Amino acid sequence: MKDVIKGNFATAVAAKLARVNVVPAYPITPSTLFPEQISEFIANGEMDAELVLVESEHSAMSAAIGASAVGARVATATASQGLELMHEMLFIASGMRLPIVMAVGNRALSAPINIWCDHQDTISARDSGWMQFYAENNQEALDLMLMAFKIAEDRRVLLPAMVGLDAFVLTHTIEPVDIPEQEKVDEFLPPYKPLYTLDPQRPMTFGSFGTPAHYMEFKKSQTDAMERARGVIDEVFSQFKEMFGREYNQVTPFMTDDADIIIVSMGSMSGTVREAVREMRKEGKKVGLLKITTLRPFPGKKIVELTGHARAIAVMDRNISPGFGGAVFGEISAAFINRERRPKIYDYIVGLGGRDIVLEDIRHIVESTEKKISDPSAEPVEWVNVHPEEVIE
Amino acid sequence: MNQTTADYEEMLRKKTTEEGEYFLSGHGLCAGCAEPIIVRHILQVAGPNTIVVNATGCLEVSSSGFPNTAWAVPWIHVAFENAAAVASGVDAALKALGKREGVNIIAMAGDGGTFDIGFQALSGMLERGHRVLYVVLDNEAYMNTGIQRSSATPWGASTTTTPPGKKSLGESRDKKPIAAIVAAHDVPYVATASVAFIPDLRKKVQKALSVDGPSFLHVFSPCPTGWYFPSDMTIEMARLAVETGVFVLWEVENGDFNNLRVTRKIKNRKPVIEYLKLQRRFRHIVKNPELVEKIQKMVDEKCQRYGVDAD
Repeated sequence: MKDVIKGNFATAVAAKLARVNVVPAYPITPSTLFPEQISEFIANGEMDAELVLVESEHSAMSAAIGASAVGARVATATASQGLELMHEMLFIASGMRLPIVMAVGNRALSAPINIWCDHQDTISARDSGWMQFYAENNQEALDLMLMAFKIAEDRRVLLPAMVGLDAFVLTHTIEPVDIPEQEKVDEFLPPYKPLYTLDPQRPMTFGSFGTPAHYMEFKKSQTDAMERARGVIDEVFSQFKEMFGREYNQVTPFMTDDADIIIVSMGSMSGTVREAVREMRKEGKKVGLLKITTLRPFPGKKIVELTGHARAIAVMDRNISPGFGGAVFGEISAAFINRERRPKIYDYIVGLGGRDIVLEDIRHIVESTEKKISDPSAEPVEWVNVHPEEVIE
Repeated sequence: MNQTTADYEEMLRKKTTEEGEYFLSGHGLCAGCAEPIIVRHILQVAGPNTIVVNATGCLEVSSSGFPNTAWAVPWIHVAFENAAAVASGVDAALKALGKREGVNIIAMAGDGGTFDIGFQALSGMLERGHRVLYVVLDNEAYMNTGIQRSSATPWGASTTTTPPGKKSLGESRDKKPIAAIVAAHDVPYVATASVAFIPDLRKKVQKALSVDGPSFLHVFSPCPTGWYFPSDMTIEMARLAVETGVFVLWEVENGDFNNLRVTRKIKNRKPVIEYLKLQRRFRHIVKNPELVEKIQKMVDEKCQRYGVDAD
């Protein structure tokens, strides 16, 4: 059924379609519509789930962990400061191998306080052992949420997953979305069958104390599961395509085959980049786009395969690691390590705290990259569209 | 099944179904620690249909070293500050999956994990009305990290972060009245209990598990390691705390403070010095009659307020 809906609504609908059992949630802009919508579904009798309206995001994830350990399918949503407050719990959810799914309305971090879009929140959680997916539009937000359950609950994986959708650009923007039929979703995503649960019939100890004699083996097992997730993600993406007709890839190329410069982007800005690439192609510029959908596990090999032939890669980072540069730039650079032939790689810090990213910015990035290619002393990291007169010492 | 596993299964069956024990030997808590005694009795009363949620702390770390466990009921540890929130999730999931009937959920945490860092999560759990028994095992400081003060540390006590000195008399604040604060949430059942009064403790556990909503037990748990007393005097120390009026045994239902019941009234209350003098954490206080008198006055005032003294 086609409908015109907000991104937040899309993630809530996905939770409903997934027949989630427990939703612990705490309001935060721009993700508040998720618990609101779930509450409404439950109030109207459209959804049969326990909503736990907790007193903080830390408790939201704590309750999610408790519920998931009992064997419930669990979803929640948060953003920004909320994700940071649950940061400690993120590592525990993944360490305990609990397939919780969470929508994150990607929003800048304080200070200064700011409610608009960038990717700093989820980027700062990328070492937490959660799989990370980034949606370009509301359809992707819905589809990725649905697929996230199937991937997370696969016994080869058993890891939590977060789906990022850009603050306001997606969370609050109405777009046409194809909402899958419940029967088809039920077929695609059967009920969660946990391996181990907190069950008085079969007492088990969860969250035990790992001494140096055992800790590394726990972490290696968890990391191996994340490696196995690569294959499971591809499998689930192709099953999804078969059943629902929409194609997903961990990284999606656009006009990259003959491109000299390939722009790498994530989230909603990919649409802008695609438009800019089309325009510049008309002018004869050999540019392309590589959109990253899966940041964890990081599809380094696929990125190398799809961009290795280019003269340069221009990474658009909607985040900043002060004293280093953008995170995605760092990861892509690392993906090319030990390769004899590799493109030059440049980093463009864009769109922090909701700063608009427009066609001219993409054009600037391409022009700047063209200049830098022939200048070995060029700074690899550049901030785009910053007002120099406002930058203080 | 190899022989070792079979032996273990048989031991476990005997311990649980025959002897009704669900907190088993082999844990690493200190000699003289009150916690395993308290937990053993709580689980004896609660029985096998129980899920325990344990905050980080002495009990957790000493009972769950992988690949061993002292727990014969399902048990989960997540972190320090969130036992109440995890228990809330367990409650919600059991309900959602239609498995809630007949299952006790018991959260256990120390004073640090309850009075301090877990306070917000506790308040949330109480306010939301989850049917969980929350037990605080109060040994009056952060013992697991090495005896730092918490808001459960009594006035004058020496800890590693409240050392007495030229400008310090030890802890400068008196204990936070946690059980009263919990009772002010108007939850169905709140009580204090002590390892020295096991029948009273067991009765309170039974009561707490029978109410339809949150219940709370504040259990006094003397710590030979942190209070510096001989490890064979734990029960004596807990008894003296009650007999001197330092720790009052009471219960309140539905936040009705007017009907607060002191479950152990004291005839001829002993002077606090008898309790203080046995613990090295009060050594600097005991030397100074004025300071002992100050504590005596604080305790007298509290006992009067609660109506501790028997006629």
